[in-house]
Amino acid sequence: MNPVSQDRLLDELRQTVPPDILLHSEEARRPFECDGLMVYRKLPLLVALPENAGQVRDILKTCHRLGVPVVTRGAGTGLSGGALPLEDGLLLVLSRMNRILEIDADNRTARVEPGVRNLAVSEAVAPLGLYYAPDPSSQIACSIGGNVAENSGGVHCLKYGLTVHNVLQVKLLTIEGEELLIGSGALDAPGYDLLAIVNGSEGMLGVITEVTLRLLPRPQTAQVVLAGFATVAAAAAAVGAIIGAGIVPAGLEMMDRLSVDAVEAFIAPGYPRDAEAVLLCELDGGAAEVAEQMRRVREILDHEGATSITVSTSESERLRLWAGRKNAFPAVGRIKPDYYCMDGTIPRRELPEVLAQIAADAADIGLTVANVFHAGDGNLHPLIMYDADQPGELEKAEALGAKILRRCIEAGGTVTGEHGVGMEKIDSMCEQFSAAELEQFHALKRAFDPRGLLNPGKAVPTLNRCAELGAMHVHGGALPFPDLPRF
Amino acid sequence: MTDCGQQIADRVRAAAAEATPLVIRGGGSKAWYGDPPRGDTLDVTDHAGVVEYDPGELVLTCRAGTPLAELRALLQENGQHLPFDPPAFGAAATIGGAVACGFSGPARPWTGALRDYLLGTRVVNGRGEILRFGGQVMKNVAGYDVSRLMAGARGTLGVLLDVSFKVLPRPAAERTLRFACAQGEAIRRMNAWAGQPLPLSGAAWDDGSLWLRLAGAQSEVDQATKTLDGRAVEDDGSWQALREHELGFFAGDAPLWRLSLPPATAPLDLAGPCLVDWGGAQRWYRGAEAPDRVRSVTAAAGGHATLFRGPPGIERFHPLPDAAAQLQARIRQAFDPHGILNRRAEAPA
Repeated sequence: MNPVSQDRLLDELRQTVPPDILLHSEEARRPFECDGLMVYRKLPLLVALPENAGQVRDILKTCHRLGVPVVTRGAGTGLSGGALPLEDGLLLVLSRMNRILEIDADNRTARVEPGVRNLAVSEAVAPLGLYYAPDPSSQIACSIGGNVAENSGGVHCLKYGLTVHNVLQVKLLTIEGEELLIGSGALDAPGYDLLAIVNGSEGMLGVITEVTLRLLPRPQTAQVVLAGFATVAAAAAAVGAIIGAGIVPAGLEMMDRLSVDAVEAFIAPGYPRDAEAVLLCELDGGAAEVAEQMRRVREILDHEGATSITVSTSESERLRLWAGRKNAFPAVGRIKPDYYCMDGTIPRRELPEVLAQIAADAADIGLTVANVFHAGDGNLHPLIMYDADQPGELEKAEALGAKILRRCIEAGGTVTGEHGVGMEKIDSMCEQFSAAELEQFHALKRAFDPRGLLNPGKAVPTLNRCAELGAMHVHGGALPFPDLPRF
Repeated sequence: MTDCGQQIADRVRAAAAEATPLVIRGGGSKAWYGDPPRGDTLDVTDHAGVVEYDPGELVLTCRAGTPLAELRALLQENGQHLPFDPPAFGAAATIGGAVACGFSGPARPWTGALRDYLLGTRVVNGRGEILRFGGQVMKNVAGYDVSRLMAGARGTLGVLLDVSFKVLPRPAAERTLRFACAQGEAIRRMNAWAGQPLPLSGAAWDDGSLWLRLAGAQSEVDQATKTLDGRAVEDDGSWQALREHELGFFAGDAPLWRLSLPPATAPLDLAGPCLVDWGGAQRWYRGAEAPDRVRSVTAAAGGHATLFRGPPGIERFHPLPDAAAQLQARIRQAFDPHGILNRRAEAPA
């Protein structure tokens, strides 16, 4: 099929939706050319900003009829290029659908439109003593529809789970414009558990127009302890020891020396400057429980050789200690003009080994990597620092990124813990999955979107793409790491 | 304990080539659940054994034929457990059967469902291909989360080979409280408590008695006991009996309906005995109301009804709207294009 022209698409869409929700001039489309992964940019053919599900349905029906591909975007904070537009496709931006439709205090749920910001949910239900648990770092800006599409995590998912654990129902429009109710107001629904695949589906299966979230009672109290360690390995051992002792912290984060230096220079939260790594461990629950567990965590940290230990004694101190972690990315951004944030997950026991490999790989290639990550669940966020204005540095950063992801696969992990595959990690998928596995993903997508019009080219690579890469990377037509266990 | 994955895959591939339906069989403890399938038996119980368990990682990987009782014992030795506490419904129950049925025990509203803890699977699809999805790490968004889709799919999307679970430390302390009250009052109380930061891990009501289970740090359980002012009772095995349907309520041959509802739903207008579990979100009904009425009353309250045990000839599962049913059929076809895995014998008249 020949690509549809902008004029034609605009004419057809104007038959059913108000013209002011369609952006067609170049200057109006330009702000939408990338999401949170700014190294990839494409100008969409047309941008639509629907205000309700009816308009979304009308837009999808028209695009389906004309064979125009559709990329859905929420707040545009995604870090893997999942909302990167297509030059011959429509960009469907759901940020105007931002109403909280219903708060059900008795059943402890909130029904929201996809453009509602993550933090706005917790703010709205705070008077009821409830909150929405998943808290991605971008929660001030990122929206619930995007959270579902990416199955977003956050600092507290070690204890409270990912988005998939906190969503009860999703209203989904298929590319044909047919509405599907996935899940229910109860804890399960008849048939296959499609919520399991809709969460994290990266806009490939349908367009989310409404989400019902599970709300939790806000814990009575929370306390955080900050501990410095002389080596990254010692900090990693302490992580294993805390969890091995039967304690499930609400959050368990690690930062290396480079990140600590960066945040101290930026906002001076009072982190130890002599440590090679610091751990932040948050405990929440009843006051007595938190006090009991904090005593045990301190013992463990001492035993594991912590060089300094600071326990928050007030809410303001707790927030100050967290501020260092929460400002780590912008702080690192002040050291070098650009950074590239990676997102692999590995078994916790592999942390010291993989972190050492990453440092060595970075030194080989001539770049620096800062590490700020969710240590409790083994989710690494190496920040590769580079300067895009220096010729060749971006390519070096991307090569190092691919190498880091390969290290994660080799360690028995995955190429993405919470940011999604999007455009960014599509080639790494060829290394993590076999051809038959990728083909199974494609078959599943076809069950929802037989013509492949939703976010084409993202999330799951075509076998051809992998074969071409294979020819680039290895000899004899073999897939990379043919004998690697991929479980 | 050997890896029979390749043999199972060969068997499925041969069956696919001949379009011969297969009935996947583990311990057989839940063979009565759902629509009776037809075909040649594919016994998977030899594919058993723990593949990897490192308590410090909180992850356990085992073959699907591993007996549930064996896993429970192993985890117990290490002070851990399967937090979703699946019902076994028989000593022969396997972990594969638990995943295929997707059942979770009384703690489900607070600790999460079986699928919430399922991190990865190795399966044989209906083409006889061995595929791995997910993994052994806590966070993984590479590709669609096909592993969790397998939970509750009753073997119709693939033969489970290996499964990886997140496991958790057992709570340090548990206590059961009892309160005498009527069903409506019990549901109101359960939901009010669920909205407060209390260490709940069970809330059920049967025959005029509300029982609440607290689990967590000793200090927390003690504090909550004081706050709630209930009568603390010895755990006499009631929670396990509830999980395994061994309470008096479950005795006899009357049809047993499972009603899945928004938890705060007031008692339904259905004649006959009802037992409330999951803080109101799962209710068991044994009355004589007609199936259509059970379904319509439950659906009107925002839920769905499953005929869990009952005479043949009545549709087991809540009917889906056409578009959803067609999508489900296409998904099944995507995994099992020849329709050979646990295919239902006949649609009830």
